[in-house]
Amino acid sequence: MRVLNSESSFLARGLRHRSFVVGGALSLILTGVAVLSLFWTPYDPIKINIRGRLASPSFEHWLGTDHFGRDILSIIMAGAQNSITVGVVAVSIGMLLGVALGLWASARRGWTEEILMRLSDFMFAFPAILLAIMLVATMGPGAINAIVAIGIFAVPIFARLTRGAANAIWAREFVLAAQAAGKGRFRITLEHVLPNITSVLVVQATIQFAIAILAEAALSYLGIGSQPPTPSWGRMLSEAQTMIFLNPWLAVYPGVAIALSVLGLNLLGDGLRDIIDPRLARQR
Amino acid sequence: MVLLAVEDLTVTLDTVQGPGRAVRDLSFELAKGETLGIVGESGCGKSMTALAIMGLLPENARTDGRVLFDGRDLLKLSEGELCTIRGNRIGMVFQEPMTSLNPVHPIGRQVAEALVIHRGMSRGAAKREAIALLDRVGIPLAAQRFDHHPHQLSGGQRQRVMIAMALSCGPDLLIADEPTTALDVTIQKQILDLLQGLIDDLGMGLILISHDLGVIAQSVDDIIIMYGGAAIERGGAATIFQELSHPYTQGLFGAVPRLGQRRPDGQPVRLSSISGTVPELNDLPDGCTFADRCELVSDECRAAAPPLVEISAGHAAACVHLREARERWQL
Repeated sequence: MRVLNSESSFLARGLRHRSFVVGGALSLILTGVAVLSLFWTPYDPIKINIRGRLASPSFEHWLGTDHFGRDILSIIMAGAQNSITVGVVAVSIGMLLGVALGLWASARRGWTEEILMRLSDFMFAFPAILLAIMLVATMGPGAINAIVAIGIFAVPIFARLTRGAANAIWAREFVLAAQAAGKGRFRITLEHVLPNITSVLVVQATIQFAIAILAEAALSYLGIGSQPPTPSWGRMLSEAQTMIFLNPWLAVYPGVAIALSVLGLNLLGDGLRDIIDPRLARQR
Repeated sequence: MVLLAVEDLTVTLDTVQGPGRAVRDLSFELAKGETLGIVGESGCGKSMTALAIMGLLPENARTDGRVLFDGRDLLKLSEGELCTIRGNRIGMVFQEPMTSLNPVHPIGRQVAEALVIHRGMSRGAAKREAIALLDRVGIPLAAQRFDHHPHQLSGGQRQRVMIAMALSCGPDLLIADEPTTALDVTIQKQILDLLQGLIDDLGMGLILISHDLGVIAQSVDDIIIMYGGAAIERGGAATIFQELSHPYTQGLFGAVPRLGQRRPDGQPVRLSSISGTVPELNDLPDGCTFADRCELVSDECRAAAPPLVEISAGHAAACVHLREARERWQL
């Protein structure tokens, strides 16, 4: 058992946690690449050059070119933008709605809670991707609809998590003391419940971010996510699929990019959870 | 003038094992400036009484009877109306200072909040008032302590903060539910002295709930002794301590260890105990709830619950064998 120094800061504890460091580094690289691609990519990621198509890696094109002669490194870099946007927007939608519903259920209890939670059970009954396909099928394909669909899929996850964590806070004595001080349920929810469950929500948001990236890649792979010519890792995969024997590397690059991003975010989430709640880390 | 009048208060809890009556037909009155102690062991209904007055009972609880505060029945008020009374006219101090403060907010803010809510004070004015309150309850360097978080304070200091919170709006009634149970003895004394001083200064009513007879003895005017959800003996503190009348009260006092206590022949006294356990609330006996543990029990005890019988002015006990019990104790 490690002895934890209560004075050690959040960051100091984080730097000693291996998966937090690795996950944080990978996530930083992902963000960095996405930001960089806003200003600079080696080539224009959507510029077609038929003559130089399917080139092997070289000094001019580090990762080679695809079947339209586009620079793979540039598309991968620009694709990071897409993934991050999807992650941020989808997680925000899911979190805003889900946390609000969860807090509401927990503050009201009784029938409100029962109905909200059965509704979220209902949504859980559909596999996530199926739900997203269903929504995109009704709303029409496109990046925005895909993001909204992924966001909506995250709502019940956040609602459940929030409600569970909030119920535990509602049972605490300081909430009773706050009620005895004359605070209403709305005030208690905002001032006492929410601040005490943020750590749980942050961890879940990180993990949900990874799930959103994966879901977007899957939807784009199926052709119902972001539409050409917007660079997207998922669509790169589906385009590479037809040439998998001709040029297998085309599938490997976006695949590695997706895998590393998702791995990084998951490790980051795991690490955050351990650092925020050291008791859990020691049990393992 | 009567501040609080509890009339035939009954609290029923719907549990998995069926309805349990946590408080039964409890009545008492409290005037401003008076102090009342409620004594009993765990599960006798003393905390439920406090929560019923505050309107903070758990959701599976039902209430009957009336709780008149300034002539208004608190049991009939809406949640919104109760919010204007709680923390404002009635303050409450809880048992566990360690968990009764929100760990994420500075203590000063938690004290100041009630002032902002009930008095409509600005943040700045509330802060100044909160610092004055913290100072008043004996937190040293109150202005600096204002921004401290609960984990930076000791248990006794946290209980002082809780008291400051409860007192912030100058309530007419203070309910202290086991305010010193989680504290060590020296701190207990300080907190009780603090409460006593505040009561004397501010002239509010106090309901002090405790299982500790020592705590009650030095702090209150009147005492109610509860067992199995009902008041079984009540009276002035001095009277009760002199004339223990109900067999349960006698048992309770007999179980208090006293330093250097000796029998007439010089032998040390063996500490007595009350045999048996507290009955389950959903399975209370028909008659006297104490019957199964009482040495004086007879068939009459089990037939019907005995009413409170007046012994002298203001002193009453609910026992069929009152005379026997009193004579037994005099010996």
